[in-house]
Amino acid sequence: MKLPDLLIPGPLKKPPKPGDGDGAGPVERLKETPADLVGWIDERTGGASFLTGMLYRKVPKGTNWFYTLGSATLFAFTVQAVTGVFLAMYYTPSATQAYGSITHLTNDVFLGEFVRGMHKWGASLMIILIWLHMARTFVFGAYKYPRELNWVIGVVLLILTMVMGFTGYLLPFDQRSFWATVVGVNITGTGPLVGPYLADFLRGGAEFGGTTLTRFYAIHMLIVPGLIIALIGAHLYLVVKLGTTAPPWLGPKRTKATVREERV
Amino acid sequence: MSARLEKEADSGPSANTQSSLNVAEAADKSNGSAGDGGLAKPDPPGYFEGESMSRRKALTVAGQAVGGIAGAVIVLPAVGFAVAPIFHRPEERWESVGPVSRFTEKTYTPVVFTLVEGIGEPGKTTAYVRKAIPGSPFNETQPYEPYVALSTRCAHLGCPVHFVSAAGNFICPCHGGVYDFEGKVIGGPPVRPLDHFQTRVRDGQVQVGPRYSVTSQLQPVRARDPGEYTGGIWNILYPPRPDTFPPP
Repeated sequence: MKLPDLLIPGPLKKPPKPGDGDGAGPVERLKETPADLVGWIDERTGGASFLTGMLYRKVPKGTNWFYTLGSATLFAFTVQAVTGVFLAMYYTPSATQAYGSITHLTNDVFLGEFVRGMHKWGASLMIILIWLHMARTFVFGAYKYPRELNWVIGVVLLILTMVMGFTGYLLPFDQRSFWATVVGVNITGTGPLVGPYLADFLRGGAEFGGTTLTRFYAIHMLIVPGLIIALIGAHLYLVVKLGTTAPPWLGPKRTKATVREERV
Repeated sequence: MSARLEKEADSGPSANTQSSLNVAEAADKSNGSAGDGGLAKPDPPGYFEGESMSRRKALTVAGQAVGGIAGAVIVLPAVGFAVAPIFHRPEERWESVGPVSRFTEKTYTPVVFTLVEGIGEPGKTTAYVRKAIPGSPFNETQPYEPYVALSTRCAHLGCPVHFVSAAGNFICPCHGGVYDFEGKVIGGPPVRPLDHFQTRVRDGQVQVGPRYSVTSQLQPVRARDPGEYTGGIWNILYPPRPDTFPPP
């Protein structure tokens, strides 16, 4: 789909190729004078060249719907971030009040059930999408040189997403989330040597207590989201910088020279 | 110019020098202001005979040191704050769970008491209490315990076990762990016997205190988390934690 040309602000239009039109006449220059908000900002930041470089970058032949899984994961994360921020307006991270605040939020607050449902089901959706995105990268061989670092960042993002799922599960503080977290922390404790200390760190002590909930809350809504946002930035930067790969069935570009090399 | 700088100018940056310093020195060299094989002229302002470090290098080091200190000031207290509970042992807590007449040698009586204060229901736990049997192997290893209080946390992953009096066994609903009357594992995935609480009698009341774990021979050790083996090499692989109480 292509946006009508009139709807795109001047600085964000596709940059002209060299030799396209004369572009040097006084009328052309007048047209380039920033007389709108986007132009005003662009003249002071130079951000438009960054945006056009990102939006009009070349993609290889054969790019297909599988290439949208990363964007879909990013969308799922955005849903989680936005709904999470608004859920925090009603949620009380205290062992005695957490469950009550959740039931209040779900049953009494206007659209509360909907927003909480988006956050709850969106979490599962994000896990599914991130796995599909990873499978696409693996099957298409898109993790190979020079994109290994982006694969590593992606794996860290996968782990952080699982941490989000683990820490968020406790927050409703009902029987299921309580015992699931007890089991989860105890599985952490079974790692030799460091396991017992890691479990203590997660619980905030030897026993499951009030600090466990506040700790999980801080990890869930402050520490890990910050890390995820930073790493998504790095992930996207590398995607734009290195470009995407063609699907493997297209194979390498066969020129006369490479064909001759293969025969030798 | 110092002997050290001259040597480095001859043989290139030495391996044990910090790389950032080498960068600064390389910049100095490219300016021709220092280290030109001993031909340096007193070009840079403030140069004096016998200086051991160029001004540029000194400022670089100072800037990095200040940045490092500022970073440490932020990171160290935050990390210490977050890991402090690992090293903090809470106050020892004893709670009366009933008169001595409530408990017999033949069966277990469930009692509910508070393990963690201030958080209401989630801070409570259930223990199974019975009178110790004189002369039993267990009682010989722990003659100081007039009453046996078994924790309901399954030694597999911490689910709550319950006592089935008809069978005389403890059964875990999660993954099918089974323990005998003494709390030893007789089936399923648990890795060690059920944990104990210390007990004592005060004013005719049975009191339960801190939790501790036992080995498969029912020797007491410091409290471990569920899923962690006890005894022998396992006591090292799953080290005792400083926020638990020493066993009786």
